[in-house]
Amino acid sequence: MREELILLKQRALQNLAQSQNLDDLNELRVKFLGKKGELTQILRGMAGLSPEERPTIGKLANEIKEDLEREFSQKTIELKQQLKSQKLEKEWIDVTIPSKIVLGHKHPLTLIMDEIKEIFVGLGYEVVEGPEIELDYYNFEALNTPKDHPARDIQDTFYITDEILLRTQTSPVQIRTMEKRKPPLKIIAPGRVYRSDAVDATHSPMFHQVEGLTIGEDITMSDLKGTLEIFAREMFGQDRKSRFRPHYFPFTEPSAEMDISCIACHGEGCRICKYTGWLEILGCGMVHPNVLENVGYDPERVNGFAFGLGIERIAMLKYDINDMRLFFENNLRFLEQF
Amino acid sequence: MLVPLNWLKEYVNINDEIRNFTERLTMSGSNVEGVEELGKDIKKVIIGRIEKIEKHPDADKLLVVQVNIGKKRIQVVTGATNIKEKDIVPVALDGAVIHGGKKITSAVFRGIDSEGMLCSPEELGLDDHGLPEDMQNGILILPPDAPVGKDIKDYLNLEDTVIDFEITPNRPDCLSIVGMARETAAVYKLTLKTPSIILKEEAEENAKDLAHITIEARDLCKRYIARIIKDVRIEPSPLWMQRRLQECGVRPINNIVDITNYVMLELGQPLHAFDYDKLQGHSIIVRRGGDSEKIVTLDGVTRDLSSDMLVIADKNKPIAIAGVMGGEESEISPSTKRILLESANFAGPSIRRTSRKLGLRSEASTRFEKGLDPNICAMAADRACQLIEALGAGKVAKGYIDVYPEKVNPRKIVFRPDRINRALGTKIPESEMIDILERLEIKIQKTPETAFAIIPTFRADIAKEADLVEEIGRIYGYDRLPATLPQGDVTRGKLQTSQKLADTIKQVLTDLGYSEIYTYSFVSPGVFDRINTPNDSPLRSAIKLMNPLGEEQSVMRTTLIPNMLDVVGYNLNQKIEEIRLFETGSVYIPQKLPLMELPYENKKLAIGLSGKHTDFYELKKTIEILLARLRIKQYTFIQYQHFAFHPGRCARIMIDGDELGIVGEIHPDVLENYDLNAKVYIAQLDMDLLIKKASTDIKFSALPRFPASDRDLAIIVEEKVPAGDIIKVIKGAGGELVESVELFDIYKGDQIKKGFKSIAFSITYRAKDRTLTDEDVNEVHNRIKVTLVEEFNGILRE
Repeated sequence: MREELILLKQRALQNLAQSQNLDDLNELRVKFLGKKGELTQILRGMAGLSPEERPTIGKLANEIKEDLEREFSQKTIELKQQLKSQKLEKEWIDVTIPSKIVLGHKHPLTLIMDEIKEIFVGLGYEVVEGPEIELDYYNFEALNTPKDHPARDIQDTFYITDEILLRTQTSPVQIRTMEKRKPPLKIIAPGRVYRSDAVDATHSPMFHQVEGLTIGEDITMSDLKGTLEIFAREMFGQDRKSRFRPHYFPFTEPSAEMDISCIACHGEGCRICKYTGWLEILGCGMVHPNVLENVGYDPERVNGFAFGLGIERIAMLKYDINDMRLFFENNLRFLEQF
Repeated sequence: MLVPLNWLKEYVNINDEIRNFTERLTMSGSNVEGVEELGKDIKKVIIGRIEKIEKHPDADKLLVVQVNIGKKRIQVVTGATNIKEKDIVPVALDGAVIHGGKKITSAVFRGIDSEGMLCSPEELGLDDHGLPEDMQNGILILPPDAPVGKDIKDYLNLEDTVIDFEITPNRPDCLSIVGMARETAAVYKLTLKTPSIILKEEAEENAKDLAHITIEARDLCKRYIARIIKDVRIEPSPLWMQRRLQECGVRPINNIVDITNYVMLELGQPLHAFDYDKLQGHSIIVRRGGDSEKIVTLDGVTRDLSSDMLVIADKNKPIAIAGVMGGEESEISPSTKRILLESANFAGPSIRRTSRKLGLRSEASTRFEKGLDPNICAMAADRACQLIEALGAGKVAKGYIDVYPEKVNPRKIVFRPDRINRALGTKIPESEMIDILERLEIKIQKTPETAFAIIPTFRADIAKEADLVEEIGRIYGYDRLPATLPQGDVTRGKLQTSQKLADTIKQVLTDLGYSEIYTYSFVSPGVFDRINTPNDSPLRSAIKLMNPLGEEQSVMRTTLIPNMLDVVGYNLNQKIEEIRLFETGSVYIPQKLPLMELPYENKKLAIGLSGKHTDFYELKKTIEILLARLRIKQYTFIQYQHFAFHPGRCARIMIDGDELGIVGEIHPDVLENYDLNAKVYIAQLDMDLLIKKASTDIKFSALPRFPASDRDLAIIVEEKVPAGDIIKVIKGAGGELVESVELFDIYKGDQIKKGFKSIAFSITYRAKDRTLTDEDVNEVHNRIKVTLVEEFNGILRE
């Protein structure tokens, strides 16, 4: 019986070695180790053994059973592993095939406007809007620019009637906001503006501005400078130099323009900056006392600053765009670069 | 304002490097727009005297000229026709460089040596406009006293730097050499040299006895000064004067006109010279124009005058448009013997209106319209007479006629140094402020209680304390201001909900492949025909511009669809086939035309789609994704007819009874109008409504606790029965147990009768409070089936 057992083990191991799949393996397990399997069959003969032999044969049979069980599980794991590998191998794909992307792009002017909004919202500004078709009063009169004021020459205006026009600047939003609200105020107003300039590389009859206004007690020209320096660095890089240059606007006094060091030559002087090393980016100043009076504020008690910047100009500088017409031609090959 | 540095230096002793100079003036408010270095390239051109002229032996048109150039004589071959012996001329020697960089070398002309070249005005970079005609086409003949042997550059002042300053409209005082010298002196802490003017007044007559001046329009003319000059000799002005005028961009004409222009450039006060003998009654009347009056101006054009224009008239008729342009009849001519010189002050707004109305802008009008100082009139008249005497152009009568009804006196402004520091955010000492103001000729007058700044009358722009703040700030230097942030009340930065939603809309569309476009708000009135707009459509009520750039940009848009079609077409022409675009922008809807009040500016969203595998449903899906992102659920697409769209492929989109917009395939006729060969799908939605209906409230509802049960059904109905209607009926009949209805198949073909379709749905049923039994579901499902059959006359498929 001992020999039978040993032979059984040998046969089982041989079969096991040859089995190629999990089904075969299961069959073999049933054949050798199942309830009606060969091992059970052999052990039925135990009854005929002497009491001395029984324990040793029993022990041997147990050992063989355990060994075989172990071998079977081992083989099962191996086969499963093998199957998995084969499956994965079959599932190979070419990962270098390029994707087909359909992605839209925001207009560069939107991107710049969003950036400006983000900077000023971070500085505590609220974003407001106003109408594009405006009254002469809001666009000029209330901004200390009466009829026949020489400053009106600089802004060739599209008129609809004698009193209604296409706004030439976003500044009327200042007046509308101040009329409605009490200080303190910190607002920016982005939007479309119009001037009757014929179209060329640097002119467009329609373009975009962002107006800024801060009103409070004891606002200073230094605060204006500090605010706009932060803006210039955020917009054009931390190492960008900026300067404040005296200028004239009817609705601010003192007035200034802000220049940044030339983006192309970094101040050395080149064609883009007309060899000055500087590029003008915005106009600004302290709100003129007449403007404050026009909206019913007392210039002895409150004051403030205002600024206005051209979105197209900033986009052209920042993205190195040399022709303003590109913004309104809407060629997808242009738009897709942003 | 073009400022020649050499001229400026006559009034202020400035010796800085040009780069520093332009930088410092720019930083004090006179922005430099350009710098031109003149005469730099001209080399080795010497003044010579012609000793002898002979004919070239072998060439009819050439002359052989012996020229004394100081230390020696040279021989030059020339084709000139305007020279004679003893003439003083500029000679370019061997190795010389003339204007434009052209090199001159010795050469041989038909066997005769030429050691140089006689120069024309043009070859020295001179404008020959004010020169005698023979010199315009020939050699420049210099005055007899020109020093032989000297460099022409020094003699004619050819080497100079001209700086172009941008003068802001509030500073007409800076539209002059003296004004810029005053700025320079203030910036550099130098002294302004003001010349003393002494006149000989050689004529015996008194000006007062020679003419009579009346100002009728006192509101438009503050002062009128006239001087009379007799024995006038009209000739070209000297070269040095011509040169200066040219440097400032003014054309020389003759000595008298050039002198008036010279003084205008120097002092900023425009002058005008009339032919005294052409003035009827030797009188000047400053009055408004008559509505039927006409005048022929210096440029030969007949101008209609009107009562809002200021004119200078003699006894009978207008002889000049005040401050804008003189009349042809009283113009200075070669035969003029006596002149009346006008130095007057006209009101800025009137000059501006007149010059705009006539489309006439002159050096004079651009100065007058900004408002000049009446107190410089006398000095300017004197200066002109001084030059007339110096050039021997005439004899000045004694004294002048001065009509100055209301003298303008210096303005006083309270000077509060602490307020000025508070406005600037600085701690500038009072003494430094006073120093700055005094350099600008603003004096401080102190009383025990207050201090006043006394503003000179040429600075009409300084009217308030804020103006003093600017003067002190700009001379102190904006670059010295600290950079701080506003203190005090805190404000919260934010975007309005509507702005955030607009951003969301743009984000969704770009994520779905659409690129954003920006188009003009004004369009051609022709666009309405191009998109098949019926004549009575309100879309045609577009706001017209009074002064458009052209017909193509003359009305404010009432729809974004034409712009979208333009851009789609433009891109198709660029051979781009897959086109996905959107625009957000306003349309302008008038309450009434002509416009009496501001119109309604309605923000719209246009989406445009064209490409190989695109169809109506792709655009519809885009809109539905957008609506879903904005959490808008109660919307419907309704089959619709719209003139711009394909009659069977257009829908109107409604939200709770409001029209959100329209979507569809563009009508083939419209495509033809736009020359488009591809199908185009466009939607135009009301952005304002979209934003209004978007929901930002989010409420959680409990997750389902009981299982759902799915059932399918298919029904055969007529082809044109809208799926949307069937779904509506399913939901209505099913009640609240119907959780969702999904259309999964539409079939038309062999097994279905022509004109019919089979349409299949999967319905999910679920109850909130229990597990539905088969019986529950069957009951509802059957009810739905029965209702569908009744409603749509359909046949169920099993």
